[in-house]
Amino acid sequence: MKTFNLIIAGVGGQGGVLASRVFAEAALAAGYKVRTSETIGMAQREGSVISHVRVGERLWGALIPDGAADVLLSLELAESLKGWPKLAPKGQAVINRRPIIPPAASLGLTRYDEGAIIEFLQQQGQRVHLIDATAAALETGNAKTTNMVMLGALSTLPGLPVTAELLWQAAEDILPARLREINRRAFLAGRSLGSCAGTAPLVS
Amino acid sequence: MNRLAEPPRRLLMGNEAIAWGAIEAGVRVVAAYPGTPSTEVTENILQHAADYGIYAEWSVNEKVALETAIAASWTGDRAMACMKQVGLNVASDPLMTLTYLGVKGGLVLIVADDPGPHSSQTEQDTRLFARFAKLPVLDPATPAEAREMVKAAFQLSEDLQVPVIVRPTTRTAHVCQDMPFSPPPKPALPLPPVRFERDPGWVILPALSAKRHRRLNAIQDEVRRWFLQRRLNGITPTWDEGESVSPTALAGCANKAKDLAIVAGGVAYNYVQEGLDTLGVSIPVYKVGAPVPLPAAPILDFLRGKTSVLIVEEQEPVIEEQLTVEAYRTGFALSIIGKHSGHLPREGEFSTDLLLPLLRRFVTDSIHCNRSPAHSASAASIAQAAQGRSADAAASTEPAITTIPAASNKSAATSETANSAVTPALPSPPLRTPILCAGCPHRNSFYAFIQAARSRDALFTGDIGCYTLGAMPPLGAADTIVCMGASVAMAAGFSHIEPDRPHIAFLGDSTFFHSGIPPLINAVYQQARMTLVVLDNRTTAMTGHQPHPGLGRKGTGETAPTIDIAAVARGCGVEWVRTVDPYDIPATIAAAREALDYPGVSVIIARRDCVNLVRRSTPYRIDAEACRRCGLCLRKFGCPALYEVKDTGGEAGDKGQMGKPAVAIAREKCFGCGACAQVCPWKAISPEVES
Ligand code: SF4
Ligand code: SF4
Repeated sequence: MKTFNLIIAGVGGQGGVLASRVFAEAALAAGYKVRTSETIGMAQREGSVISHVRVGERLWGALIPDGAADVLLSLELAESLKGWPKLAPKGQAVINRRPIIPPAASLGLTRYDEGAIIEFLQQQGQRVHLIDATAAALETGNAKTTNMVMLGALSTLPGLPVTAELLWQAAEDILPARLREINRRAFLAGRSLGSCAGTAPLVS
Repeated sequence: MNRLAEPPRRLLMGNEAIAWGAIEAGVRVVAAYPGTPSTEVTENILQHAADYGIYAEWSVNEKVALETAIAASWTGDRAMACMKQVGLNVASDPLMTLTYLGVKGGLVLIVADDPGPHSSQTEQDTRLFARFAKLPVLDPATPAEAREMVKAAFQLSEDLQVPVIVRPTTRTAHVCQDMPFSPPPKPALPLPPVRFERDPGWVILPALSAKRHRRLNAIQDEVRRWFLQRRLNGITPTWDEGESVSPTALAGCANKAKDLAIVAGGVAYNYVQEGLDTLGVSIPVYKVGAPVPLPAAPILDFLRGKTSVLIVEEQEPVIEEQLTVEAYRTGFALSIIGKHSGHLPREGEFSTDLLLPLLRRFVTDSIHCNRSPAHSASAASIAQAAQGRSADAAASTEPAITTIPAASNKSAATSETANSAVTPALPSPPLRTPILCAGCPHRNSFYAFIQAARSRDALFTGDIGCYTLGAMPPLGAADTIVCMGASVAMAAGFSHIEPDRPHIAFLGDSTFFHSGIPPLINAVYQQARMTLVVLDNRTTAMTGHQPHPGLGRKGTGETAPTIDIAAVARGCGVEWVRTVDPYDIPATIAAAREALDYPGVSVIIARRDCVNLVRRSTPYRIDAEACRRCGLCLRKFGCPALYEVKDTGGEAGDKGQMGKPAVAIAREKCFGCGACAQVCPWKAISPEVES
């Protein structure tokens, strides 16, 4: 198999790091070699964060080169733009369409042009899947499960090196017991949101 | 020169000469920790401080001393920190950041080295530290030279906005020399006041750091040019007191000596000249008074036509290595005798006695490094290299290096174009800088102090931790950030320079234990007037919530003794200590006001757990009817759970607020701390009613 590259973009505090960890553990359980790289420290406080997950049989660096990501998973709308250059021309993107407006925008220091972003993403055709993961997470009772909704949606993409079962198994192993049920519901909600995903295989 | 007009000759010890050099240069703040052989510099300054309007102190350690000097420099005053080589280790944290941020008023570090060592636990060479920090070093050979070099160092520091190290060794610091000297005229006191001007350039954040690192590397060549313009290095030393060798006959080795040259740094220059004098030979000596960063090209020029060079410097081969690299790079084949050839030791002090046998062998040609092909095929390449250099030398003293910044700019530009070529149609994402979490108690503390103090133009010194993010808009609650613990020393430093302004230092609980205690002791001891706010969130939040001595448990989870921050502060001599809950904003503001009015050092411990360690409570909501859309909660408080609702309905017009966006709370982000409800002047924010 060629290397499978996953980029997870989001805002600090959304649980992107946990999502990348879950995916990496699932890939490990599937018998692959794994490399990940995450944003930690100061940027985690509501800043832009991006995680790289690489899965395959022969791996070198942990960073995914530009234009080489098979999948871009973005936990926030505008953050998908920051991960976009990583995405391969035929790669797929699963994007939470819910914006998190940085306070700097209210202060007039930056502009969050939601319309332009949506328009750009819609121009990308079938390979972009926009979902409201935050709404789904809130329905389960906790916005903190947005990451699990996104993983659920991701699990519906064909051609992943891991199955949905392996993904949930990994999540269950990592999550503390008291949070498992709420996250399971979020994961399932994500799966139903993502079931409309395309059918072209990502990994040959 | 009219000799009668010259000042009388006086005998000055090196450290005394350094002190006078600083006074002549107009130094206004000196902070130091004693250590042989540096101590007398500050002792002499302290003696004359009152006459010249200088603020001088013995700080509790070198780090605090340097941070005090940094505060002074950033107000525009000339400042000096003095220590010995071992002390530089203690001061290295602020130093490494200062090299990036730079200075305003000239900032000079006197770091005395102790080869031998005579009274030190190490023989470390400060020039190596300076290479590590990428800072200019001046290395005086004599007290008279030290005095002049201190003045030059202040000028260099201001010209290129970097701190500059003057590194006397024991035989400069503790040597006495006669020199023309009379004390400079005393100024009219008090000196005109200075004022710290706010500038984002004084707040170290990763993005700024990346930018400033490039600048620091880029100015290395400018430093080299500055050295050469001031003739700090060269065949004829600027401040040599005239004890150089007269060109005597070359005894029996005239032919061989023609091919030889010597490069000598610092006090070693004196031993070399005396040794040559003793031997009665004259070999050209290139004196290096400014070894880091070494302007190597003119030295290689000087060595043109020579086959062998002897490099003499105490301690580490700092000059030798820089010169060797440059000689190799330019294809200059030359026999280099020094430490790497095994002819000179890296340990201990040098002396004429130590050098004499070596000089004798060097002159009689018995110690050439035979691995060098000096006499063979590479003669042509020497000539070539030399030609290239001399042609360029007409235009610039450092031709080869001037092209480097241009080249690196170009490569940076190309990589940028390459990146942007990937996705031309991409809309630009919003700027998203890290900020304090929703519900973070630090936001409340900053807000309270802004309310209590900004109308008095108070200065906020920030520190390293989550609360570094207090520097972000809209709070902007950090006017300086340097390194862990620096906020306390700098607020105290500022308070001595700008006593009419309130100075408030912010520091986390973990950082308090890390490096907040010595500067707090210093502030009390030096009778500063400042307020320290310990932002006590009961953890080391930024790095992932590790424990610290205030929490009663260890990293393993085992219980441990609890060290009480308030008790420590009292033990440090602080008489006004109070603990507040930053979730109670009015009470925090009231305490802040009292602390600011206290005429001394006051400590407020703002204690409330990091929101990542506790459960959320009932979220808050904004009553759209009651909200006057003043935007205060957004623009002054800036909780990330608050956002503007772009689509204002028809009712807005009825209230005469057309166009002003309504504010709402993102339910999923709200922590339920209720701070915004306290901030809203119209009582428009309240907890959601449980259904
Ligand atoms: S992690 Fe804790 S201390 Fe850091 S910004 Fe968030 S709430 Fe504040
Ligand atoms: S401070 Fe109160 S009135 Fe002003 S915008 Fe915020 S919620 Fe509305």
